[in-house]
Amino acid sequence: MEPQVRTLVEIEGTQAALTGRADMVLERARWAAEVFQRYDLESTMAVVDAVATSAHEHAARYAEWAVKETGFGVAAHKKIKNELTAHPLVDFYRDQDFVNIRIDESLKIVETPRPAGVIFCLTPSTNPIATINYKIIISLMTRNAVVIGPHPAARECCIDAANMLAQAAVDAGAPDGVIQIIEDPSIPLIEEFMKSPKTAVILATGGTPMVRSAYSSSNPAIGVGPGNAPVFVDSSADINKAANRIVESKSFDNSVLCTNESVLITLPEADKQLRQSLKRYGAYFCNDDDTSRLRQYLFHGAGFNIETIGRDATWIAKECGIRVPEKTAILVAPIDQIGIEEPLSREKLCPVLAYHVAKNRDQAIMQARAVLRLTGAGHSAAVHTMDETVAMAFARTLEVYRIVVNAPCSQGAAGFGTALAPTFTIGTGFFGRSSIGENVGPEHLVHWTKLAYNEDTSEKFGDYFGIGNNFLGPLPPAPEDGVPGAGHYQLAPPTVSMSTDPLSSITRTELRQMIAEELRGVLRG
Amino acid sequence: MSEAKIDFLDRSRSFWNPGKTQDWQDMGVDLVIDRREGYYLYDMDGRRLIDLHLNGGTYNLGHRNPELVQVLKSGTERFDMGNHHFPALARTALAEALAACAPAPDMVYTAYGSGGGEAIDIALKTARHATQKRKIISIVKAYHGHTGLALKTGDERFSKLFLSEDTIGEFIQVPFNDLNAMEDALKGKDVAAVIMETIPATYGFPMPVEGYLPTVKKLCEQYDALYIADEVQTGLMRCGEMWACTKYGIEPDIMVTGKGIGGGLYPIACTLISERCGGWLKEDGFGHISTGGGAELGCVVAMKTLEIVQRPEVRTMVQYISDYMRAGLEKIMAQYDDFFVGIRQHGVVMGLEFGAESGAKPVMKHLYDNGVWAIFSTLDPRVLQFKPGVLLTQADCEEVLRRVEIGIGLARDEVIGRYRRVA
Repeated sequence: MEPQVRTLVEIEGTQAALTGRADMVLERARWAAEVFQRYDLESTMAVVDAVATSAHEHAARYAEWAVKETGFGVAAHKKIKNELTAHPLVDFYRDQDFVNIRIDESLKIVETPRPAGVIFCLTPSTNPIATINYKIIISLMTRNAVVIGPHPAARECCIDAANMLAQAAVDAGAPDGVIQIIEDPSIPLIEEFMKSPKTAVILATGGTPMVRSAYSSSNPAIGVGPGNAPVFVDSSADINKAANRIVESKSFDNSVLCTNESVLITLPEADKQLRQSLKRYGAYFCNDDDTSRLRQYLFHGAGFNIETIGRDATWIAKECGIRVPEKTAILVAPIDQIGIEEPLSREKLCPVLAYHVAKNRDQAIMQARAVLRLTGAGHSAAVHTMDETVAMAFARTLEVYRIVVNAPCSQGAAGFGTALAPTFTIGTGFFGRSSIGENVGPEHLVHWTKLAYNEDTSEKFGDYFGIGNNFLGPLPPAPEDGVPGAGHYQLAPPTVSMSTDPLSSITRTELRQMIAEELRGVLRG
Repeated sequence: MSEAKIDFLDRSRSFWNPGKTQDWQDMGVDLVIDRREGYYLYDMDGRRLIDLHLNGGTYNLGHRNPELVQVLKSGTERFDMGNHHFPALARTALAEALAACAPAPDMVYTAYGSGGGEAIDIALKTARHATQKRKIISIVKAYHGHTGLALKTGDERFSKLFLSEDTIGEFIQVPFNDLNAMEDALKGKDVAAVIMETIPATYGFPMPVEGYLPTVKKLCEQYDALYIADEVQTGLMRCGEMWACTKYGIEPDIMVTGKGIGGGLYPIACTLISERCGGWLKEDGFGHISTGGGAELGCVVAMKTLEIVQRPEVRTMVQYISDYMRAGLEKIMAQYDDFFVGIRQHGVVMGLEFGAESGAKPVMKHLYDNGVWAIFSTLDPRVLQFKPGVLLTQADCEEVLRRVEIGIGLARDEVIGRYRRVA
C-alpha cells in the first residue's frame, strides 16, 4: 500500500498560514535579489537575454493558451505582444546601463545603482503573458527579484510561463528564486504579499480595486488606473489613414489593451468621409436600435459586462442580436452625449467604439476631457491631425500623460510604433492617482546612491574610473564535506569592470601580510 | 543583572539544578530565556540574542513558528495525546508522511518515542530483535541521548556518573573516519547494528571523509549488521536534503529523527523502520509501549513541520544561508587565522574550529555578549556549534556575521593576546 500524505488539521486560510506562505516566497526572493545585486552587466544581460529568448520562442504557445484559458483576445495578436515584450523590449533598453556606476567629473558626482530588491507584480487576465514577460524582463535588467501574483482567470498559463522563464533564468546563471509566481493567488494571500515589509515595490496592473489596494498596502507601489482613451480625428487629418489606424488599433487583440481607443470624436466636416473610410476597413456602423441593444448588453445592471472583454466584434454583435457582415472588425456606436448619462462613453475593453461628432475643435477638447472625467484620467489619448496647434491644444488640456499622433493608440501609447517606452504598465500619474506618469520601465525599479562632492574647486574629485565597479558575482557554493565528488571550497575573486590601478589589490594584501608578520614577531619578542 | 534575575537564579539553584545553573554563571553566560520569537531569544532582563544553537535543530523553523503554533492550537480542538494502544489517526498519518519522504523505499514503519533518546532505544532494540544479536557499534565520542541503551553508545562523560556505562562488552566504540577499526569490529559477524550520526554533533561536527559512510554501510551488509542513521541533528533539510544520509548515498535500515520534527512545540521523536527490520511489530506489537511517544498533538505538529521543510523555497534558502555564511566566515577566518583555524560545514550544519584548547568557550561567551547564542561542543570544546535555522533571513545572516566577527576578535584577544593584528 502506498503512503498518503494527508492533512488532519487544516490551517489553510488562517493568518498564520497566509503570512507564513508570503514570508517564505518573499524571503527566497530577497536572497535571490541580494545575490543578483552582485552580478556585473554582462552576466545580468546573459540572464535577461536567455529569458527573452525563452519568452520569444514560446510566444505563440502561450498566446493560444491565454486565449483558451481566459476567452479574451486574439491569439495571433497576443503572439505579437508576447514577442514584443521579449527581444524588442530588451533591445529598446539594451544601451541603457542599470548596473555600472555613473561618473560625472564635471559635477563631481558618482551614482551607484541600487536595485529595489523584490518586485511584487500583479498581472491582469487581459494581457497575461505579455505583462509577465515585460515585468520579469524589466526586473531582471535592474537586478531585482520578481514575484508574480497572476490574475486567477489566467492562472494556469501564467504559472507555466513564469516557471519556464524562471528555469531559463537559472540556467543562464541567475540566482535561484529570482523569478517566482504564486500558484494559488487568492485575494487574502495577494494582500499578504502586498503588505509584507519584504516587498520593496508593487507593480500593479489590473482592475481598480487591486491597484487601490496596492496603494493602500503601506508599501511603495507603481499602480496604474484604467484607461478610456478618446481619439480625435481632426478635419486636417488624412482621414483614410486615420480610419485605417483606428480600426487596426481597435481590433488589435480585440481591444484588451487599456490603451485602446474608446470614444472617437470628430468634426462635422470630417464626419461623412470618416464614416465611409471606417466602413471600408471593416467597421460596422450601428443604427439607433443597434446602439441601444449594444448599450444594454455592454452595460447591464451594475457596470461593464466582463463577458465581453476581448471578444471579437461578430461575437458581440451576435450576442446582442445585431446582424453584421462576417468580416466586421469593430462595431461603431454613434452617441450624441458624453458623460454620466451615456454608458457607451465609458471604457470598453472590446472592439466597440463610441462615435461622437462635436461642433468644433474647442468642443471636441471639452468632450475629450469629459470622456476622461468618467474614467481613464492620466492614461492615453490619440489625435489624428496635420495641424500641430491642434495636437498641442490637446496636450495642454487633456488630463493624460501620452497622446499619440497619427498612430494606432492601442500599440502607440504602449510604445509600439512610437518612441514611447514599450510597456505593459502605463503610468497614469497624479491625474490617475498613480506615482508615475510615464510608461513604466526598468528605470523605475532602481534608485541611485549619489556621492556628491563639495563644489569648492579646492576639493578634488576622486579617481572613480580607477576604482571601477566591484562585482562579487554569484555566491560560491558552500562545501558539503565528505559528500562524494563535492570538491573543495574556493572563494572567487570579484570582477572589476573598469581598469584597476597598477598597485593591484593582491599586492596590497601581500603588503599587509608582510607588515602583520613583522609586527607579530616584534610583539612575541 | 537585575534583582529579579539574581533572585531567579537562586531559585533555579535551589529547586532545579544547582550545578548546571552555576556552571553557566561561571562561563559568563547568565542567560535566562524569557520571550522567544523566530530566531530571537530574549533574556529575562530584555537583551536579544540570535539563536544559532537551536537546541540541536529543535528550533530549525524558528521559535514559536506561527504556522506550527496555529496547527498545534487548531489540533487541540480535536486531539490530545491519544491512547498509545489503539490505532490512532494522527500517529498513522505521520507515519505515512514519513514513509513518503523516507531515505529508503522499504522504510514503511514508524515507531514513536517522546524524545530522541527513546527513539534511539527503539532503534537499537529493533536491530537486536531483527538480527537476534546484541552488539552495537558506535563511534568514539558518539552521542545518541541519555536513555538506557542510547547512553551506552555514547561517551563515558555521561554514563559513568550514573554507573550506567556498558560493562559487558556489548557496546563497542570505534574512532570516526577509521574504516579499519570499523571492519575489525564488524568482522566477527556478531554485531546487531552500527549506529551513526551522519555528522556527529556533540563531537563538534567532524565531517566524514569521502567514502567513509558509504563504506561503513557496505561493511554492515558484508558482516550482517544493520545501519542505523541518527538524523536527529542533520535531518529535516539542514544539510540541503530531507535527510543528510541521502547525500552520502546511504539507504539506512533504521533511521531516527527527533528534536526539530516536533517544531520546538511538542516533543516527539520517530524511529523509521524498514519492512525487513520490523518483525517485532508483527510478532508482538505491544513489545514497546510509550504513553508519551507519538502523542497525537505532536504528530499534528510534526506533519506540518514535514510539509514546511519540503517546500521548494526552503531548499533554496538553505543553499543561500549556507553559501552566504560560508563566504562571510571565510573572511573572518582570514582575519583571525591564528585563532579561527577551520570550518566544518554541510549545509547549515557547521562547526567553527579554534586553535586554542577549549577555544570555543571564550568565543561562545563573547558571542553571547554580542547578541548571538551559539554553544561549544561538549565532546570537543575547540569547536563551536554554528547552526543557523533554515528560515534565517538575509538580514539576520548579515547581522550574525557582523556580531561573530566582533565576538571572535574579542575572544582571540583574550586567548592569544591583547595586541591588534594589522589586517
